[in-house]
Amino acid sequence: MNWTHKDLLDIESLSIDEIRHIFHTSSSFIEINSRSIKKVPILKGKSVILFFAEPSTRTKTSFDMAAKRLSADSFSLASTGSSLQKGESLKDTVLTLEAMKPDAIVMRHNLSGSAGFIARHLKCSVLNAGDGWHAHPTQALLDGFTLSRVWDNNFQGKKLLILGDIAHSRVARSDMELFTKLGCHLRICAPRTLLPPGTTNWPVDVYSDLQKACQGVDAVISLRLQLERQEAGLLPHIREYASRFCLGQRHLKIAAPGVKILHPGPMNRGIEISSALADSGDSLILDQVESGVAVRMALLYLYLARPKHEQEIPEG
Amino acid sequence: MGLMIITNVILNQKPGMLLVEDGKIVSFVRELPPGSRARIFDGRGCHLLPGLIDAHVHLREPGFEYKETIKSGLEAAAAGGFGLVLAMANTRPVNDNASVTGFMLQKNMQSHPAGPYVHPVGALTRNLEGLELSPLAELKDSGCKAFSNDGIPVMDSELFRRAVEYASDLDMLVIDHCEDTYLARDGVMNEGRVSGYLGLKGIPSAAESLQVARDILLAAYLDTPIHLAHISCLESLELIAWAKDKSIPVTAETCPHYLLWNEEIVQGYNTMSKVNPPLRSKEDVLAMREAVKSGVIDIIATDHAPHADFEKEAPFAQAPNGISGLDTALALCLGLVRENILGLDDLIRLMSVSPGRIFNLPVNLFRKGDPADFILVDMEHEWLVTPEEMFSRGKNTPCMGQKLKGRVMAHFIKGQEILNRF
Repeated sequence: MNWTHKDLLDIESLSIDEIRHIFHTSSSFIEINSRSIKKVPILKGKSVILFFAEPSTRTKTSFDMAAKRLSADSFSLASTGSSLQKGESLKDTVLTLEAMKPDAIVMRHNLSGSAGFIARHLKCSVLNAGDGWHAHPTQALLDGFTLSRVWDNNFQGKKLLILGDIAHSRVARSDMELFTKLGCHLRICAPRTLLPPGTTNWPVDVYSDLQKACQGVDAVISLRLQLERQEAGLLPHIREYASRFCLGQRHLKIAAPGVKILHPGPMNRGIEISSALADSGDSLILDQVESGVAVRMALLYLYLARPKHEQEIPEG
Repeated sequence: MGLMIITNVILNQKPGMLLVEDGKIVSFVRELPPGSRARIFDGRGCHLLPGLIDAHVHLREPGFEYKETIKSGLEAAAAGGFGLVLAMANTRPVNDNASVTGFMLQKNMQSHPAGPYVHPVGALTRNLEGLELSPLAELKDSGCKAFSNDGIPVMDSELFRRAVEYASDLDMLVIDHCEDTYLARDGVMNEGRVSGYLGLKGIPSAAESLQVARDILLAAYLDTPIHLAHISCLESLELIAWAKDKSIPVTAETCPHYLLWNEEIVQGYNTMSKVNPPLRSKEDVLAMREAVKSGVIDIIATDHAPHADFEKEAPFAQAPNGISGLDTALALCLGLVRENILGLDDLIRLMSVSPGRIFNLPVNLFRKGDPADFILVDMEHEWLVTPEEMFSRGKNTPCMGQKLKGRVMAHFIKGQEILNRF
């Protein structure tokens, strides 16, 4: 496939074929990651800046490892210690970074739309590693890839529940886009204070009762609850939230056989997911992390190997 | 100044010529009076409109001269057809005392002694903090024409009530920016389908209508007028219609952007569309259009809010609120006239006669003795909105790059020509 995109900003701009191509490419990298020597030279000489203006461990590490396994040079920059803290505007910061001639900037930022904003100002590729509440496309792609491996690429008609703080979740927005495109039936479940406005127009069924929401589902993606939602007056108490929305084995008795559990991490055990369930055989949480590296290798390859995109991944 | 005749113009659909003497209207006639010795100004078939009055602008000086100065703002006003503008108090320092008011008036006299004229609006509370009243009598005496806490609404209803009462002693009107700041907290656009989709914190329309209701009930209880600034949503209109039906003394304004654009233009995180109150839904825009026609809304003001380019070049939540309006307001509203949403007479009522009446400012009704404040408008003149075409330093408008139809070709204040594009 001829990869024509400059940037990865959201799921909306990807076609189904492109999403399937990303999954297909990711499979090759899963294989490479299982070798004893995991490094391939396909992005030798390319440089990637990891600009994380918001705290992150797994996404940043995952991108860093993905870049290094492809032999690209990666450089990390956090907002603490960067000139953003000295009051430099985001535009000036990224123009400065671009002047150092990276091939891509991977950015995490706390404001919705910030990835698209910098992409408009930059000639290098921008990969969105999460912008505010808007989008987290690599997370959605790794969630999709993880399920494609257990569902053998068959998403049609699968019932998928996203549980938790939908309103403030970029993961939820990107997952909804992705799984709707792939043909799944989407459900969301949250207290009304954590639902975004306008969900009546979305192609999803909305539940406020977790037990009912789990009826017949094939997979549940439980989201992290930020503790500051209580301070903002959206919840009376985290404990009360857990009593209504903590996903446990008991909810899954009426789920479809073979139901799978996902969580983008980091988990609050006992708040949005029971500890036992997180560690159970139904849980794909660590598979998601493994898939994450492969998906990000695939993305770096697709975005950076152009115009030599037809080149084959070398055998080890 | 002797007699001047503006020939070849159209007033209220009738072709003719306007006679002006000593800064005042003499008459509008079909033919040149015989034997008259006068300076002739060829109006080239333009429409004659009274000079426009903008009841709501931000001129940024003192303190934010990089966004706009009184000079640049008044140049935009002159070019846009506005002869009088009411300038809000959120400058730095805040216009809450005679020295700031005096400074603004002095700047006006330095840059535009023949107009357009700025009428400062004094801060209702000291430093706009909403804690204690500004010296309102001092502000009036130094030249303020109204009081407002625009931008930082007074949530304390007791303080607001006392401010309205105290101002009424001085025969001065209070302009309220209706916003419940708790409901609107951290919001950056209208709450609804688009905000949910974009992952931006929304501002519910109830944040506005709740304060509209408060003000209406206070105006009724105190039997004292209150002017409601930049109304944007349907629920507010229903409340104002109810109030007017009950003869409660409230007046209301809206802005061209609430008549033209809805929340959909925020898509793509377009910071040019970021304004407070936010652009609302399609249904709200339709209701606003009806309300300016029916008179539920009394006036159209620009809420001219210029910003520097670099400030709007930011992620959406970081960009400041505001649309630069003086250069484009008339042309945008003439679009509504072409679509038959408004008549030209409605536009004159909304943009000149009613603001003049509400704020007790001189209005030109083209009767003998009226101030000769008027503009010549070429209804067919097409022009492209570009940064260079705009006189305001703030180039922040959603219609940048668009072609507009209708342009002020000449502008006269007290019979003196202050703009000539012929």
